Formats: sequence, C-alpha cells, structure tokens
Amino acid sequence: MGEPAFVHQAVLLSLVLFAIGALGVFLRRNVITVLMCIELMLNGANLAFVAFSRAAGTLDGQVLVFFVMVVAAAEASVGLAIVIALHRHKDTLDVDAFNVMKG
Amino acid sequence: MDQALFYAAAALAVVGALVVIGQKNPIYSAFALIVTLCSLSVIFGLLGSPFIAALQVIVYAGAIMVLFLFVLMLLNVKREEDVPGHGGRAMAGVAVVLVALLAGQAGYVLWNTTLAPAPAFDASTRRMSEILFSPHFLYVFEATSILILAALVGAVALAKKDA
Repeated sequence: MGEPAFVHQAVLLSLVLFAIGALGVFLRRNVITVLMCIELMLNGANLAFVAFSRAAGTLDGQVLVFFVMVVAAAEASVGLAIVIALHRHKDTLDVDAFNVMKG
Repeated sequence: MDQALFYAAAALAVVGALVVIGQKNPIYSAFALIVTLCSLSVIFGLLGSPFIAALQVIVYAGAIMVLFLFVLMLLNVKREEDVPGHGGRAMAGVAVVLVALLAGQAGYVLWNTTLAPAPAFDASTRRMSEILFSPHFLYVFEATSILILAALVGAVALAKKDA
C-alpha cells in the first residue's frame, strides 16, 4: 500500500492521550470520570501498539490491542459494578469519600 | 488527503480528551470520550488496521461506553462538587508536575527516534484471524473467554441488591 503512514505522529499522539488520561485520574474527583480517564490511557497505549506494529510490519502488536480491548471490557464491567455497590453504601461518587481502608 | 484526515482526527481526539477531563458533568465527559474513541478509530484505519478500527467502534464506542452511560444514568449523577478534597490544590500541582515530567521524558525520546513504516504491511481481518487462531495465541484467546465469564459473574455478584 502506498499510503503515507503517520507512525511517528501517531506515537506522539498516543503519548498526549496517555498524559491527558493520567492527569484526569489525578485531578477528577468523580469515580466514573476516573474510570473513563483510565479508558483514555488504555487507548493511548493501544494507539502506540498499532503504530509500532505498523513500524515493525508484524501483527503481534495488533493482537495485543485485541487483548487489551478484552481486558478493558472486563475491567469496565467489574469497575462499574463496584461503583454501583459503592454508590449504594455511601450515596456519593466522590473518590475522597471512599477512605475506609486508609491506614 | 490522508494527511489532512490524520491531523483532523488527531486534533479531534485531543480536544475530546481535554473535554473528558475538563468537564464537571460526567455525562458530557462520556460523550466527549466517544468522540475521542471514534477519531482514534479513524487513525487506526489510516495506519492500515481496519480490524482494530472496526473493533474500536464496536467494542469501545459501542459496548463499553454504553455501559458507562447506562451506569451514569442509573445512578443519576449530578455535577461534581466543587469542594477541594484533602490535599486539594497542592496534590493537583504535584500530579501536574509528575505527568509533565513523564510526558517530557517520553516525548524527548520519541521525538528523537525516527519511526518509518514497514514497507510491507497486511493487517486485513483474514491475516488477523490467522494469527489470532494460530497455536501462538490460541490459548491466550481461549483464556480471554474465561476472563470475560469471570467478569460477567463478578459484575452480577457485585451489583446485586443484597451483595
């Protein structure tokens, strides 16, 4: 295929997305928004996998992206179930409210 | 043409990501995240990975984000309270500095490496399935089905009324 590939730019974009997601995990106070920021970080990693797979010319990176998506789906379902249980017990979604296990 | 499409999708992805962390209302964050995921799908397509691009829309923008929106609406989430938490602004500053440090280091390395696309690259769905079901990845693939089943049972058990 003669298309121009944007491997380098894609890797830099993945870094930007990962950084934004990491920032969100630290700055947001809503548990669900924090989970969404984790999804953002996972997508940044996925983009890096795809770009490196394009650079290497092998498909192993793409298979890893597939598995990351599967694990992300499992993580999101269990995480959101935990959020529902937390909301039932504390009636809030503020991360600072869930500090029972604080040492 | 491809160039313009790539930069448009990249800009849309970054703007969507910024809206995700800049929004007080989590529903808007979820919709902005869907925008980011769909632009990423465009970029996957431009990188020659149609299978991953399709999965991105179906699994991420479809299934996972519907789950998020479902929970957001089930719990009737209001805007985030504006009270600064324990640690408050100092912790936020530390977080910003740490993430900037990480991004700076990784960005420095990545900026100075040259990444050229491989000359021959075939990531068609046929090739993907051949690799996914080759002996190399077959057992991992089967293990993911157990993982999904465990997640399913775990989610039901956790979200049950009298858990």
